[in-house]
Amino acid sequence: MTVKVLAIDDSRTIRSLVQKVMEDAGFDCICAEDGVDGIARFAEVAPDVVITDINMPNMDGYGVISSIRGGEVNQSVPILVLTTESADHLKARARAAGATGWIVKPFDDETIVSVVRRVTGAIG
Amino acid sequence: MANTDLAETDLEFVTFSAGGQSFSIDIGQVREIRRWSPVTPLPHAPDEVLGVMNLRGSVIPIYDLAARFGLDRTPESPRNVVVIAMHGSQTVGLLVEAVSEILSVGRERIQETPDVRSDTARQTITGVITVDEGMTRVIDLAAVVQPRGKAAA
Amino acid sequence: MTPQSSIRDTFFEECEDLLEALAEGLAAMAGGARDTDTVNAVFRAVHSVKGGAGAFAMTDLVAFAHRFETVLDGVRSGTLDLTPEVMHTMQRSADHLADLVEAARNEDVLAADVSEAFLANLDQCLGAEPEALEMGDTPFDFAVIPLDFGDDPAPKEPAGHVIRFRPLQQLYANGHDPALLIAALHGLGPCEVALDLSALPDWEGPDALTPGLGWTLRLAGQESDTALQEIFEFVEGLCELDISPLEDAPAAVDPLPSVAAPPSPAPGPEAPSAAASAALKPDLAAGAESAEARGPKPTLRVDLDRVDRLINSVGELIINQAMIAQRLQDMALASDDDVSLHVEDYRLLARDIQEAVMAIRAQPVKPLFQRMSRILREAAEATGKSARLLTFGENTEVDKTVIERLADPLMHMIRNAVDHGLEGPDARRAAGKDGTGTIRLGAAHRSGSVIITIRDDGAGLNRPRILDIARRKGLVAPDADLADAEIDGLLFLPGFSTASSVSNLSGRGVGLDVVRNAVTALGGRISIASVPGQGTEFTISLPLTLAVMDGMVVSVAGQTMVVPITSILETIRPAPGDLHRVGTDDSLLSIRGRFIPTVDVARSLGFTDPSARADFPLLLLVEGENQSQCALVVDAVHDQRQVVIKGLDSNYGQVPGVSAATVLGDGQIALILDPDAIAAHRASPATSAAPRPPLFHADVHHGQH
Repeated sequence: MTVKVLAIDDSRTIRSLVQKVMEDAGFDCICAEDGVDGIARFAEVAPDVVITDINMPNMDGYGVISSIRGGEVNQSVPILVLTTESADHLKARARAAGATGWIVKPFDDETIVSVVRRVTGAIG
Repeated sequence: MANTDLAETDLEFVTFSAGGQSFSIDIGQVREIRRWSPVTPLPHAPDEVLGVMNLRGSVIPIYDLAARFGLDRTPESPRNVVVIAMHGSQTVGLLVEAVSEILSVGRERIQETPDVRSDTARQTITGVITVDEGMTRVIDLAAVVQPRGKAAA
Repeated sequence: MTPQSSIRDTFFEECEDLLEALAEGLAAMAGGARDTDTVNAVFRAVHSVKGGAGAFAMTDLVAFAHRFETVLDGVRSGTLDLTPEVMHTMQRSADHLADLVEAARNEDVLAADVSEAFLANLDQCLGAEPEALEMGDTPFDFAVIPLDFGDDPAPKEPAGHVIRFRPLQQLYANGHDPALLIAALHGLGPCEVALDLSALPDWEGPDALTPGLGWTLRLAGQESDTALQEIFEFVEGLCELDISPLEDAPAAVDPLPSVAAPPSPAPGPEAPSAAASAALKPDLAAGAESAEARGPKPTLRVDLDRVDRLINSVGELIINQAMIAQRLQDMALASDDDVSLHVEDYRLLARDIQEAVMAIRAQPVKPLFQRMSRILREAAEATGKSARLLTFGENTEVDKTVIERLADPLMHMIRNAVDHGLEGPDARRAAGKDGTGTIRLGAAHRSGSVIITIRDDGAGLNRPRILDIARRKGLVAPDADLADAEIDGLLFLPGFSTASSVSNLSGRGVGLDVVRNAVTALGGRISIASVPGQGTEFTISLPLTLAVMDGMVVSVAGQTMVVPITSILETIRPAPGDLHRVGTDDSLLSIRGRFIPTVDVARSLGFTDPSARADFPLLLLVEGENQSQCALVVDAVHDQRQVVIKGLDSNYGQVPGVSAATVLGDGQIALILDPDAIAAHRASPATSAAPRPPLFHADVHHGQH
């Protein structure tokens, strides 16, 4: 089974980058452009891992995490947050909110792929 | 037919006659071959530009290939055909008397244009290929349409 | 990382949207808006520019966006007062950010001192309360951030590690799977795994989520701590973790300080996992609500080529419809015949589709108008005037190409309005006006056209001075008696420049004639109205689309051609006494007491009729450049219809006197005449008896011969 990645980011650029990297790594990647869209897509596609931005309109990344974690389906899916900041308190906050892990932007291809593999156990 | 050894052929040309001479063009540039239909003349156009015609909604200029090479204008005849060719994003039509054949030849059979006096010929022919009944001139489409294609850049 | 260039393109496209949102938000803030949504949107725009730029290692852009973001964060959190100075700095910073994006797009580098100056301005804003802003103030780092893990990596290289690992419930809740962590450890080297059941709670049935399961792993090999840290990076605080060098293992049973994990507090009521599953609903509802309240309508981004292909096909459909209709007409069927009725339906449907397709290319003028506020700011700064821009009808939609080609003329007119239209602050106050001038930029649809107005509340045109300049430049006869409107029209004459005062703004040899040419090239018109003391208003009227136009179908030298309706003032069938021959070749048309030069279209296009024309069957009175009129001689006028415009440029090149082509109902191509070009090239003084030079010169045949 191909790993399905749901990438939520309000930036088209970042969405495209994540999608390209994920697809190059052999994963399926579905994109959503904000938190609300992301939650809607989450229900539709039942992803194996969610990668979400934090700062987004309509619903931010924390909202995405708490919606998924507090939801009724697939609530323990790995969720990775994309963050521009490397500050520890932001990581701590993401973790406290229920994030599985994080990826610091600007990310390089290998890092993001290895993190996705790490939390999903996917090989390819 | 001039194509003898398929194993050695790596280039294909469409050959046709214009002004009584044989010309050919890389098949990759040819889009289609159409029957002649009346064109709309353009003001202040050089002799060889017969005008424009409607090709499925695109306005494309039609060049009289014979006139372009300084020969007489192609006389009107129901047998005349228009070779639709593309040069980059530019689509043009070449009016010729008849299309002869598809020629497959090895690259080595294309000879450099012999030293001829005509400027036009030198600038618009990239080489010649010997065929049974003589030779065919490989035209450089870019050079044929260039002067008016993209203004005076 | 080498992202495909298409993603780079995506980034720059997105930047356009972000910069637009930024300008819009800042304008709202300048207008007094302080709501969280607006401020957040502004922050996010800059933040997203930074994020994308980071991915492409656009250092300058990232550095500036970061500093800008820091200031915005201060504003957002309320630690920074939004004084007019800060507001001004932010707007100028937005301009600079746009410049940096543009530079990055062109792979250019802006002068360092310019960027330094802008950075210094931002720093000045921050200067007030630098401490409060430390959070966002860490310099942005491109390197992959080294992972920090615990406080004391083992200094020596042990032969292996003993890892005691006991997940807390939160670890599962956060989507981690201990099996994956263990598998990752296996990846590092030979690993012995022992399940530690010692802390199993007293439970009745299997429940994977109950914490208590623990593992002790013995990992052999010289694995660096970093590799181990990486594996447990995400679960810090979510488990009890103890990593010790292998040889210490026996002693490490109990009191060893834990390397990484301070005992995690039990999941409290705040923890998401503890939140009721109902939490999903309120969040979604809130999100959906706000999206509905202020989110844009869903849109689809489509490659322009695809739209143009569609437009082309619809054009074909219309032509095809016309051909069928013509055939039917030739067959002389009864007008209530079934087929005729269906074809009429077909016609209406085709028009509907055409309108719908044209609407795809239409875009609001908003981004264009927004760019103008920057132009205004710069112009005001350069001239020492104080000005504000008010915009109206920003959502008016116009064809994308029209918008693109309107940018330069509009920019020039805004500069012109600030430079020449508005008075200085003192003069304004002296005149009893607000020291700050107002320029109103508006757009509206009016009967199939788009009307753009640029109005200033300045002093109005100085007509005596305009007339004086025009006389000195020989543009009008010394004794000419001109009406106000005619004087105003002089501004559009080539060579007329009002820049008598020193100005590096409207200068550069660009006059209103250039604006006018750009507008007429779009098939539009420009007019001017001015009231002394109250201001000047320019009105630009443009066609909604460049893809179709209303044309008059005429015959010239046996050819069918089309003349744009917009340039035709009237059709004249001259009476014998109306035409006056001048010299051998020229004729003047006498109409309502004036003499208007005539241009034989057939001859000017080179379709010369060898038999000199004795009579002029039909004349089209057209207005050319400089509002001068001339009468075009044609053989016949057929009908008026909408035609689909087909460019000649892409496959051929420009043809003098011809603006484009169209396909008629019979599939034949008809040329669309450019009356301006034809009128502009008419023979100089009509009184000249000398043989007329060809209208279009040898440059037509450039590169030939």
